[in-house]
Amino acid sequence: MRPAAAIVVKDIVIEMRSKESLSSTTMFGVLVLVIFNFAFEPSSLERALIAPGTLWVAISFAAILGLNRSLAMEIDNDCLQGLLLAPLSRGDVYLGKVASNFTFMIIAELVILPVFVIFNNLKFNLQFLEIAAITCLATFAIASVGTILSTISANTRMKEVMLPVLQIPLTVPVVIAAVDATGRVLTGETKEISSWLYLLAGFSIVYLTVSYLVFEFAVEE
Amino acid sequence: MRSKVLAVLSLASMIPTLYMIFFFAPTEVTMGNIQRIFYFHVPLATGGYVSALLLFVGCVMFLTKRDLKWDRFGACAAELGVVFVSAQIVTGMIWAKPVWGIWWTFDARLTLQLVLDLIFIAYFMLRAYLPDREKRAKLSSVFGLLGMVDVPFNYFAIYMFPTQHPQPVLGPAGGGVDADMGTTLTVSFIAFGFLYAYLLDRRLAIARVEEEIDYLKQVVFAHE
Amino acid sequence: MATLALESEDIRKTFGQFTALSGVTLAVQRGEFLTLFGRNGAGKTTFLKIAATLVRATHGKLRIEGIDIREEPERARRHIGFLSHNTYLYRDLSPIENLRFFGRLYGMPDSEERIRKILERVGLERRASEPTRAFSRGLHQRLGLARVMLHEPSVMLLDEPYTGLDANAVEMLNQMLDEAVAQGKTVLLTTHDLEQGLRAATRAAIIERGKIVFAGDAKDTGIREAYRQYVRMGVPR
Repeated sequence: MRPAAAIVVKDIVIEMRSKESLSSTTMFGVLVLVIFNFAFEPSSLERALIAPGTLWVAISFAAILGLNRSLAMEIDNDCLQGLLLAPLSRGDVYLGKVASNFTFMIIAELVILPVFVIFNNLKFNLQFLEIAAITCLATFAIASVGTILSTISANTRMKEVMLPVLQIPLTVPVVIAAVDATGRVLTGETKEISSWLYLLAGFSIVYLTVSYLVFEFAVEE
Repeated sequence: MRSKVLAVLSLASMIPTLYMIFFFAPTEVTMGNIQRIFYFHVPLATGGYVSALLLFVGCVMFLTKRDLKWDRFGACAAELGVVFVSAQIVTGMIWAKPVWGIWWTFDARLTLQLVLDLIFIAYFMLRAYLPDREKRAKLSSVFGLLGMVDVPFNYFAIYMFPTQHPQPVLGPAGGGVDADMGTTLTVSFIAFGFLYAYLLDRRLAIARVEEEIDYLKQVVFAHE
Repeated sequence: MATLALESEDIRKTFGQFTALSGVTLAVQRGEFLTLFGRNGAGKTTFLKIAATLVRATHGKLRIEGIDIREEPERARRHIGFLSHNTYLYRDLSPIENLRFFGRLYGMPDSEERIRKILERVGLERRASEPTRAFSRGLHQRLGLARVMLHEPSVMLLDEPYTGLDANAVEMLNQMLDEAVAQGKTVLLTTHDLEQGLRAATRAAIIERGKIVFAGDAKDTGIREAYRQYVRMGVPR
């Protein structure tokens, strides 16, 4: 088994045992969706306009929670250093963690997304699949930038609290793309979402590449 | 020597610029005198983007050369970035209130500048919580790089984002720009350019002294 | 000339304005057991971490089994087993799962056989399937030792391995070190304890303020005097 893949497997085994990260992340996402219900009392027309936004606020913040937990596990017992001693490049360690963070976020979204559909009285049809596809792509973008940012923030005195400060400004393009694309799917204007998809794909590729190259600076002692 | 030259150039170019902004440039037809803010607003915005570029350069150079002077350079450029971008946002607000009656609108340019400001501020918050000099340089250079790479994506995303209702655009009212206005704007760019260079030069000098002081403090405390 | 297990040339390390290492040149032959003594802050841990590729030297070259760690760090790491106070073990995983993970990380084919054998060697076979969360420090250390030996590194770098060990664990560590030496492995160990450090060593060196101030045979009587002078920790004559 390739070393980077071993990291993903290891994270999954740990998560299956403790279930800490998944449960808190999923719960948080659902709760944010619930709070929006109380925060706004919109008519059903306005609800359709707000809905994509609520979904992506929920996912953005749940992602931050998940990313922090994932890194906290490596900080415990200095396990990250154990990874750095192994004969794989720093970039490969990064890719392993991105894959594992992405996996967990997707699993949380397997619950959050249906809850979103139910709260907004949407249907589980083609629209749903399109939204799911957008979600996958945007999640991958968030995971690629969030993994390196969580590593950076863990080094500061503020630790996990620093992550939202760093991540939210940087993921503005992702959120904008995801929200607008989701909104268009709901109103049926799916033709125009291709440019958003390109943006999300481009964002992921660029950040994956840059982070792969500079990850060693983020973990070096 | 260099700083004196820059100081003189800044002053020498700023005085005629101010004259031109307030007296030479014609009064704009629809907005009136408040439009003169435009001659500050645009160079300030450019200063913000120049800062972003310089921060990008500083981060890349530090990560390749591991010379702390690049980290200093990037941080100073970022500081000027916060100043110029914040000033641009404020001038935008001063303009918007009398013209459109609102303090803020998420028009494309303002939103972009706001996010840029947030990235600069995040960069400084990160630095503030990293007491170790080397770590601070490494981690903030990584974040600075990631942040500046974000700028083009922000640009595309924000400009592509269609607005639901008509939004006021905080820019010069359509049509061609009057020749005198064009000249004033050019002169203003030159003056702000010199001002930027002067401020960067001085700020770098101060940063060098600050590091010396930190080092001396460490030496003194180590001996106690 | 035979390949040296570890060869450092003028290794320097500065942290900002503080100089941790000011030029360490050391050559360790294959099969040697070198103990590095030094006070706190003398540079022992920094040097070891540089050799293990965890810290990047500001200047100088270092080769492990002839491989330059700056140019080919991943290849070099295959030959290195690094042990420090931290055990790098995942609390939610059992010893078997931890070792299975590390085995895969080092590119070794999955082998339950090898894992069981090594757990027996460190006396953990009865608790092999429990999460390590509940383990005492001593058990953690044993598992840490197992982890270090798992990928059969030829160069062992041990940073103050005796710290916090009970008598049984010390005994086991010594046995494992003896076995490693018998198998031809190279050991570089740092410690405060003169007796423990000299027990199995073939060579000894003292580092002070980032420079090697003494290097010689472990049986050399000068080591004690040098130890008293540089490390100053009340040596019984």
